[in-house]
Amino acid sequence: MREVAVLGVGQTKFGELWDRSFREIGIEAGLQSLVDAKLSSADLGALFLGNMASGSLISQEHIAPLILDYAGLAGRHLPAVRVEGGGASGALALHQGYLAVASGLYDYVVVGGAEKLTDVPDATAADISSSAADHEWEVVFGATLPALWALMARRHMHLYGTTREQLAAVPVHAHDMAGKNPNAHYRNKLTIEQVLGAGPVAEPLGVLDCAPFSDGAAAVVLGPLEEARRHTDTPIRIAASQVACDTIALQNRQEFTTLESTVVAARHAFAQARRAPRDVRVAEIHDAYSISALMALEDLGFVEKGRAGAEFASGRFGRDGPLTVNPSGGLKAQGRPFGAVGVAQVVEIVRQLRGEAKDRQVDGASFGLAHDVGGTGATSVVHLLERTN
Amino acid sequence: MSIARFWRETPRRYNLGGSKCTNCGTVYFPPRSVCPQCTHHRQSIEKMVRSQLSGEGEVLSYTVVHEPAEGFEMQVPYVLALVKTPEGPVLTGQVVDVRPGEVRIGLKVRATFRKLREEGKSGVIHYGYKFSPVEETNGGLPARGPPVPAPESLERPRSAAGA
Repeated sequence: MREVAVLGVGQTKFGELWDRSFREIGIEAGLQSLVDAKLSSADLGALFLGNMASGSLISQEHIAPLILDYAGLAGRHLPAVRVEGGGASGALALHQGYLAVASGLYDYVVVGGAEKLTDVPDATAADISSSAADHEWEVVFGATLPALWALMARRHMHLYGTTREQLAAVPVHAHDMAGKNPNAHYRNKLTIEQVLGAGPVAEPLGVLDCAPFSDGAAAVVLGPLEEARRHTDTPIRIAASQVACDTIALQNRQEFTTLESTVVAARHAFAQARRAPRDVRVAEIHDAYSISALMALEDLGFVEKGRAGAEFASGRFGRDGPLTVNPSGGLKAQGRPFGAVGVAQVVEIVRQLRGEAKDRQVDGASFGLAHDVGGTGATSVVHLLERTN
Repeated sequence: MSIARFWRETPRRYNLGGSKCTNCGTVYFPPRSVCPQCTHHRQSIEKMVRSQLSGEGEVLSYTVVHEPAEGFEMQVPYVLALVKTPEGPVLTGQVVDVRPGEVRIGLKVRATFRKLREEGKSGVIHYGYKFSPVEETNGGLPARGPPVPAPESLERPRSAAGA
């Protein structure tokens, strides 16, 4: 296995992109990443594309060759592979791209993530998002994805005394951060009172505890670390890429306030990188629901189990803290185009580690983490990234 | 959802038919064809037998759903819970016959056979389990509807596990 580096990044704006098609946004992100990597498409070996639900959302399957085609590469007959893992599809595609380069089979690959959610009504998008849970044994009985996370939230409140106000601090933080991100779906500020006063979705979670449905795409170019200097002055090494899975249905787990898949993926990732959670300066974590972010901080090893609510509300995960969480605004405020999320998280970490994050730059960032979750945690993916110069 | 897709699960959805590993004794719902608890899964192959849940349970967590799943639009707000059964499995289901504000963690409930949802005016009507309190709640609403039917009336032989 050889070392793999991120050589280029690209991302579209996230939000309601009514005037733009799935293929347009996919191509925009992909071409940006190629230009950033100073790479010609002639050098490419393969394309991996993370996407959760194009069939249900835009009646189009077989999208990896479609994007390849409109990127002008069909004539080169490159392999193009779609990767699906619910909301973790993007990070899962990155894992596949990482393996492809690490193995030596391909030198340069593009990993993209794209989703077009606003071509269907919100209620339809919500039903499609719930299909990342167990349709036969959860959804049929009235469960939705936010309802399942609400069950985890209530249990967390019961066992650890986490409060409704502590949950509300998560979206407030997200919108604060996204204010400096020109690609973000929502850049307005929120207050705790606004979050508490928003309409209920699945109690205790309200509308503002939940990430929006967004359109968007993101892409990265991966290549061998030993060649990286030819493409960039600031190669970012992938120090770890780990995937872990769990039961598809929440009900079949032993624990309801922890995602074992995240615990295991993080443990394996820190072991692979020979580093510890305390080394992480900047992290993009899964905050599709306010409770998701609190559980992630605990499961990734950043805070003790049960303490995330109090720690988060204390404001220690802001831009100046020893650990800055979701400088992009996270899924909550940057946006949540399912398959694009996991790739966009890595795009943000790379920009932070290169020192190219402009207004939202986190000082002294040389080691970062990206954490993506599918459904209620049947899939978790953790990437660790490191600046090498 | 197609008729066959719902119908093939009726022994489980109507009747709480689970499975039990005769190697280690763990009970599963919905049924499984291999046992995740046995260190060497192959030990449990062909050792999973049918096992009936009693329908008793206790609320582990709950939520009041305001933005419903597809087909549940007419039922909002409804309570959805994780219910721990004495046999071991935890089930996801609605808690009914109680005011949402009276559901709490630890509430004792029992499975009851109910209509789950309808697919429009002329579509399929889905039936299955919901839960209702066995304790007197302050709302004092009596449990309605028949209990879950006896196993013999609905169970049919089946070799492989469900979905």
